[in-house]
Amino acid sequence: MELLIQQLVTGIATGGIYACMALAVVMIYQAIHHLNFSQGEMAMFSTFVAWQLLQWGLPYWAVLPLTVAVSFAGGMAIERLVIRPLGQAPILSHIAVFIGLFAVINSLAGFIWDFTIKPFPSPFGEGSQLGGLISNHQIGMIGVTLVVLLFLYLFFRYTRIGLAMRAAAENPASARLVGIRVGRTVALGWGMAAAIGSIAGILIAPLVFLEPNMMLSILLYGFAGAVLGGLSSPAGAVFGGFAIGVIENLAGTYIPVVGDELKLPIALLLIVTVLVFKPTGLFGRPVVQRV
Amino acid sequence: MSPLLQVSDLHASYGDFRVLHGLDFAVGQGGVTTLLGANGAGKTTTLRALCGMIRHSGRIVFEGADIAGRPTEEIVRLGIAHVPEGRGTFTGLTAEENLLCGAMARSDRGAIAADVERVYGWFPRLKERRRQQAGTLSGGEQQMLAIGRALMLRPKLMLLDEPSFGLAPLIVAELFEILRKVGEEEGVALLIVEQNAALALELADRAYLIETGCMVMSGSAAEIRDDESVRAAYLGY
Ligand SMILES: Nc1ncnc2c1ncn2[C@@H]1O[C@H](COP(=O)(O)OP(=O)(O)O)[C@@H](O)[C@H]1O
Ligand SMILES: [Mg+2]
Repeated sequence: MELLIQQLVTGIATGGIYACMALAVVMIYQAIHHLNFSQGEMAMFSTFVAWQLLQWGLPYWAVLPLTVAVSFAGGMAIERLVIRPLGQAPILSHIAVFIGLFAVINSLAGFIWDFTIKPFPSPFGEGSQLGGLISNHQIGMIGVTLVVLLFLYLFFRYTRIGLAMRAAAENPASARLVGIRVGRTVALGWGMAAAIGSIAGILIAPLVFLEPNMMLSILLYGFAGAVLGGLSSPAGAVFGGFAIGVIENLAGTYIPVVGDELKLPIALLLIVTVLVFKPTGLFGRPVVQRV
Repeated sequence: MSPLLQVSDLHASYGDFRVLHGLDFAVGQGGVTTLLGANGAGKTTTLRALCGMIRHSGRIVFEGADIAGRPTEEIVRLGIAHVPEGRGTFTGLTAEENLLCGAMARSDRGAIAADVERVYGWFPRLKERRRQQAGTLSGGEQQMLAIGRALMLRPKLMLLDEPSFGLAPLIVAELFEILRKVGEEEGVALLIVEQNAALALELADRAYLIETGCMVMSGSAAEIRDDESVRAAYLGY
């Protein structure tokens, strides 16, 4: 029993990382209805920017908003320069571009900051709770994720621009017909996704160390969380992220063949299972349509 | 008085496929104009061209300014609301959120809440369904929602693409009665595209008839209604 509780808490703690990433994934999916494979790399790059600013001696609480702002602008710029020219190109072209972006950002980070791992500070201190089961940083990270989620919920539910973004994502043609400037809402979606990704990266870096490949497996878990919870539901994605963390930990502990090595395939298996049996995810809203 | 909308020599095509071959028509300030024609004649294409949704050439003069070639979002902002073919419902949003979307182009935010109530006044059924996901509304309710959403713009001109399509006759009669009143009381000029010619001619002051992308007849609704060839081909008596 004690072992089970231990594993649950550890799972939730790691799940916080995935939840954070899943939230960023869903955010961009809401804006463009594509899964962005380069999202993890964008977050990693933002984290390097933060690291560089810290190296230059700026205080943590100045670096955080600065990085978020830079990332927001960077996300908008990527949309403008790389995504917008694609226009209505088929989905495969988008995927090709995402993979290209992935490679470019990854090598660029390696080129500028090299591939040695770098420690990244936590604003929440070094200690831990519950007899070392969960670190202060993990608790802080979960807290921040929930705050960001709340912020997003309020933004999309109660602001005019949030409603415009939802409308534009759902039906761009109709959105134009009510005067929504769809190009701007899409750019805004990219900016917000990059900003949220940067928060995720900064929160994840103290746990996994900073290096250009830090996001590889995390993005996969983030996708798994987002798909499990439902791509149309930010709250579902966060729940999905936690659930993935817990499932991964329990499977690693209680299913002997899984161990540590097979944890990643479990995420893949989950993605496939959910897509086959419940494509909208646990909390995603199926779009009901009558004609 | 110069017309609200004056269209001359309007051409439009989908890729290499030319659909409109130089249309001339006008919509007056206020009142109802109807554009009639068989399935595939180019009615929807005409409305799409007016809103800059497809490639076109020619002159589209709205309130004295040529708007041909401007992006859709900007044309809407001039006060042209388009109720598109298929209604264009935001199915995942609630009915009320759909209405609020209709006011996206407006800058007088303070007046929007009152206008939502005004639309509910026209369509009480929408008020009952305000929190419901719009995709779950019936066809008639979605058509009301699309018209309500267009009214939220406080448009000067409203383009309606086959508002009767797929609806039961009783609902259609109700809808057209409301449209007539809306046009009069809100001072909105209506341009209605219909396959159901009898219905549209009852409502309209002026009518145009297009066949395969060419304007073949225009006149007052009464003249068109009394024309022998129109009777035979479109009214069926
Ligand atoms: N998206 C499209 N791509 C290519 N051709 C189209 C498209 N939409 C309509 N057309 C063609 O344009 C012509 C006019 O269509 P449309 O304007 O929809 O007619 P109507 O609304 O009068 O029924 C038809 O021949 C139709 O096949
Ligand atoms: Mg049509």
